[in-house]
Formats: sequence, structure tokens, C-alpha cells
Amino acid sequence: MNHSEKKNNNWLFEITPKNKFFTLNLKEVWQYRDLLFLFVKRDVVTMYKQTVLGPLWYLIQPLFTSITFTIIFNNLAGISTGSVPPFLFNLAGITIWNYFTACLNGTSNTFGSNAGIFGKVYFPRLIVPLSIVISNLIKFGIQFFIFIVFYLLYYFQGAALHFNPAIVFFPFLIVLMGILGLGLGMVISSLVTKYRDFSYLIGFGVQLLMYVSAVMYPLALIKEKIPHYAWLVQYNPLAYVIESTRYMLLNVGEVSVIGLIYTTVVTISLFLVGVLIFNRTEKNFIDTV
Amino acid sequence: MDKELRNKELNIRSTSFDVEEKNGDVILKAENISKQYRLGQVGTGTLSHDLNRWWHQIRGKENPYLKIGDVNDRSTKGNSDYVWALQDINFEVKRGEVLGIIGKNGAGKSTLLKILSKVTAPTTGSIKSRGRIASLLEVGTGFNGEMTGRENIFLNGAILGMTKKEIASKLEEIIDFSGCERYIDTPVKRYSSGMTVRLAFAVAAFLEPEILVIDEVLAVGDAEFQKKAIGKMQDISREGGRTVLFVSHNMAAVKSLCTRGIVLENGKVVFEGGIDEAISQYLKDNKISNSKSFVDSPLVSVSVEQQEKDIVINAFYNSKYELNIPNLGFVVYNEFGNAVFGGNPVLHNMKQSDCIKYLSGEILLKIINPRLVDGLYTISIWFGDSRENYFEALECIVIEIKDMVKIEFVNTSFIGNITPMLEWKFI
Repeated sequence: MNHSEKKNNNWLFEITPKNKFFTLNLKEVWQYRDLLFLFVKRDVVTMYKQTVLGPLWYLIQPLFTSITFTIIFNNLAGISTGSVPPFLFNLAGITIWNYFTACLNGTSNTFGSNAGIFGKVYFPRLIVPLSIVISNLIKFGIQFFIFIVFYLLYYFQGAALHFNPAIVFFPFLIVLMGILGLGLGMVISSLVTKYRDFSYLIGFGVQLLMYVSAVMYPLALIKEKIPHYAWLVQYNPLAYVIESTRYMLLNVGEVSVIGLIYTTVVTISLFLVGVLIFNRTEKNFIDTV
Repeated sequence: MDKELRNKELNIRSTSFDVEEKNGDVILKAENISKQYRLGQVGTGTLSHDLNRWWHQIRGKENPYLKIGDVNDRSTKGNSDYVWALQDINFEVKRGEVLGIIGKNGAGKSTLLKILSKVTAPTTGSIKSRGRIASLLEVGTGFNGEMTGRENIFLNGAILGMTKKEIASKLEEIIDFSGCERYIDTPVKRYSSGMTVRLAFAVAAFLEPEILVIDEVLAVGDAEFQKKAIGKMQDISREGGRTVLFVSHNMAAVKSLCTRGIVLENGKVVFEGGIDEAISQYLKDNKISNSKSFVDSPLVSVSVEQQEKDIVINAFYNSKYELNIPNLGFVVYNEFGNAVFGGNPVLHNMKQSDCIKYLSGEILLKIINPRLVDGLYTISIWFGDSRENYFEALECIVIEIKDMVKIEFVNTSFIGNITPMLEWKFI
């Protein structure tokens, strides 16, 4: 008896019915880092294969959305963006918002769209949502580049544009957005495996969310115009990220440190909850999906 | 008497296990593995069961649905919504051993492999391992049609757990083994299905896990590639000293590759031991033997026997219609499911005048010294007359051939199953 108990210690690993309550399994993810890199490469390379315009699609979508927003919200509805050209105002919001939705949409279907591969081999499942967040970062980079191009275009045409020095914290906002999308996506992806209802919810939920995330209007405007409903936006962590993005890039609006701390806390908790649920799901989802 | 002997043997084995465990020889150990599945639709009922389960859990009680559940027998009608695909599976695998897992369809083989390869978790129990496990549950996992063969080698290799460095160092060998060199920079979607499988198997074959799990890969690919694949598997298990778990319906393949076997039936281990005993247990349980009777068919019974160096097929027929010739056809298959030889009276130019009875009678066929290599062979039977086929029983008979030819152990995937009479002259 003693022997076998002693023996138990040098097993390489053990397969058990349940995972530990909380485990990030970072060691394993690190072992599979090459896979992470290859998934990212696959996503980027194969995204627009067999399309004529190819990567241009990365640019067309935000540009046309900005133009539409500018016509509807600024020209038609008359939302004022101050000294900043409305087009640039919208493009900044949409670029960062797109990164969030791309992460959320991509990760929220992790189990569904990978059921085939998950059903055959094991690798840390976290690799898939991580690869989505990273490959979307590359798309975000391209879209951000386009923003810079238009920024310079307006600048040389004489628009009164300047960065805010706080721009050094911009990478922090991007990371925040990515983790927020990842966390929420992991929660939803786990729920979708059992209850498909959530996949319908996410479709129009994201659309509605955009309207309360201060994408096409300044945060101050909603407080001023409809103070009764302003709490919807004020409790939305996304709104602070988007407002701060515009503050840093275009020097408009306000930056609320408390708001950003609130956002960070929400993001981290959502991420931890996401990992928790994701870990619980990954062991048995193949039986329910 | 027999049972006593087996018990004794088991005792000896378990004590020797203790000794070997000290040496760290057991590489994989499954303890009380069970897996429960819910039958039917996952729908509205799920939520209430989930809530109930959760309610029991927060009060610190046991999962109420674990107590129920039927034995996994797909042909019977059960009372419960839950079914045990596996129940109390215990086994150990030693380093370098090739373990065959055999059982009928639905016996739980694939579920066990899924648990072993960490695709799904067991409901209860645990598996402990001293080595990396990689599976060939289905080759070509994660292949992306838009990417080239070369890119897919890297992607697939990484999915199977290799690092980029490992793959790069074996790239030449993998491409060479796959035989797809010409197309290696072409997107995989342009490949034929055979080429895709070759490429996928090539990647998997160069994996170097301590434990390799293989499920019926032999069913794919052409003959030349099968030969390569089995040869590689034998290399892996013999020379590499790696442990292989092999799942198959094909008793002949299991016999030629495995050293030990476990037989699963309705989710339970019914036998664990030497591969020969395991196979005979399986054949006995499934009433597969060297003779077979049929109900409601023109062919009443057929039996196959090895008599000295000959194979004798003996059949009785009883037909409603007049047969112009009782046309009994047979084909003998080897361990890879490939036909070795076969025949029927019409093929061998027997005339109507050669047979006397047109409605019922007995057929006696002697296959004179076919010079088959030792092993298990499967036989399919057809029955009809020269115009039409009335009856078929595919792979209904398994026969063990022994001592037909005197030859050293041969790798039949390389030289075949028949050893013809040879006359050597050294001049």
C-alpha cells in the first residue's frame, strides 16, 4: 500500500473528471506557443483568400461605417464633435470598437466552430480564443494605420488636430479592449455549448451595445441630453475605453480616471470568470455540443 | 480447473506488477473509469437537470444522476435517460507494450480512446500516465484547405503537440514518407483525398509521444500506403520501444500487432490478458467461429476447417428454386482486410452436369495446401447459382491457420500471406 502511494507522485499527468477550481494552465499554453503562432498565421493568411480585394476588406468596412455614421449622426442628427472633423471622430471610435466586437464574435464561438478539431485532439483550448484576440490585433493594426493616414490627411489640410500626451497609455486601452472581448467571449462560448440561445443573443446584443458605448457621440452629450438614461452608458465599461481613445488620439472629450479604474476592475473580473467557466466547459463540452 | 489456473496466473501477474511498479514500468494506469452519457435531445429537460444537479452540489450531496443509468447495450430499450458508455474500467499498460482494445461496435472503445486522449473527461475515475499521449483518432485534424501542404504539416504537427523546431527537423522525412513532394507547396484543397490522408498520416507517424493511440487508421489509404503505415506502426512499437494502444475490429490486424489485449463489452472490461486469449474470448462472445448456420436462407450452414495442410469448406444448402449449379463462393481475407484468394464453381468452370442435386445437398470443397502464413483469416461466403446470387454473409467466419508452412516469423505487410513452393538452385 505504501509503495503504491509513494508511486503516485511521479506520474506525469492525471486525467480526472474535473479540473481544479481555477487554473490558467499557463505552463501548458506556453508549451503550445508554436500552435498559437500558427493559428494566428492561419487566421491572417486565409481570411481573405480567393477574394479580389484581399486585405483591402480590412479597410473598406470601417471606412464605410464611418461615412455612414458621419452622414446620419453628424450631418442629419447634428451631433457636434467640436473642432474635430466628424469623420475622424467616428473612425477613431469605430476602429477600437471593431477590435472589441471582432474579439467577442470570434471567441464567443470557440467551441462551436472548433468542435471538429476539439473532438479529436487535445491541446489547451485556451489557445484558440487567445489566437483570435491576437490575430484580430493585427487587423486592428491595419485599421489603425488607416486612421493615421486620414489623420495626416486632415492635418495637412489644416484641421486643428493634435494628440494628447496621454497617448502613451493607448496600448493599455487596446489590451483592455482585447481582454474584455476575450473574457466576455469565453463566458458566452461556454454557455453556447449547452444553450444555443446565447448565439442569437450575441448577434443583436452587440449591435445594441454599440449604441450605449458612446461610439458615435461624446460621453458628455448623453449626460446633457438624456440624463435619465445616461447611467446605461456610465455603467458600461466600453464607453470609457472609447471615450479615452478619442481623448488620447484627438484630444476631445474627457478622460475619467475613476471610469478607467472601474473598467479595468470589470475587465479583470470578467476575464477571471471567463477562464473559470471556460475551464469547466472544456472538459466535457464535446458531449453536449 | 481452468478458472483456478487463471486465478493463479492473475495472482502471479499482480505480484509481478508490484515489483515492476517499483521499477516504474507501468506507463499508464486507468482506475475505475466510467463515462455517463445523456440520451436523446439536449433541450428543455437539460436546464432542470442542471439546476437539480447544482442544488445537490451546493448542499454537498452527490450528483443525483450518477446513481442511475443503464448498461450500454444499444439493442435493448432502456428505462433511463442516462446510459453508461463505460463502467469501472481498470487496466494497466506497461512501457513498450502494444495493447489491443477490441470489442463490438458501441462497446465503448472509442469513448475510452477519447478519454485517454483528453478529448472528453471521464464521469468518474482517473487515468494516470507517465508519458505524453498522442492519438491518431482521426488523421488530418485541423488541416486547412487554403494552406499549402508544407504549412499544414506545421499546423497539424503543432496541433498534435510538436514544437516548430521538432517539425522542422523532421520535415524532409515527413514529406518523403507522405510521397507528396511534388504537391507540397500546393494548397491542400487541390489534393486528392488519398493524398491528404497520406500527408496527415505522415505527420502523425513522426510524432514521438511515449504513448500512441491508434483507432482504425488502417481503413484509409491505398494498399501501398497501408503497407507503409503498418510497417511504421510495427517499427514504432518494436524498435522505438514506444507504447501503443490499438483499437480495431479487425482481429487479424490486432493479432499481428498487439502483445496484450482487453475485450470491452457493453462498456465493461470482460477480459484482460494475452492477445490470443483476448481474441478467442471476443470471437466466442460474438459467436464468430469457424462454422455458421443461417436461418431462412438457401444456405443452411457452412463450416471451415484446417485439416492438416488443407482448408476444407463444408456447406449444406436447401433451396426453394432449382439451382442449375449450387454456386458457393468464398473469399479469404488477411489481417489488413485485403483479399488473399477466393473462388466459386462457376469461376472454376464446373458444369451443370457435375452436380446431381438441384434443390438441396452438401458441398465439400478442399483447398489443397494454400500455403498460408500463420495467423487469423476472415472468410466471406456467397451462395447462388450461375445466374444470380441469393445470399451473402460478409466476413462471417474467422479461422486460425497454423503450421501450414514452416517459415520464420514474417512481416506479412511486406511479403504477403502466401508462401508458394519455392525451388532454389544455386548454380
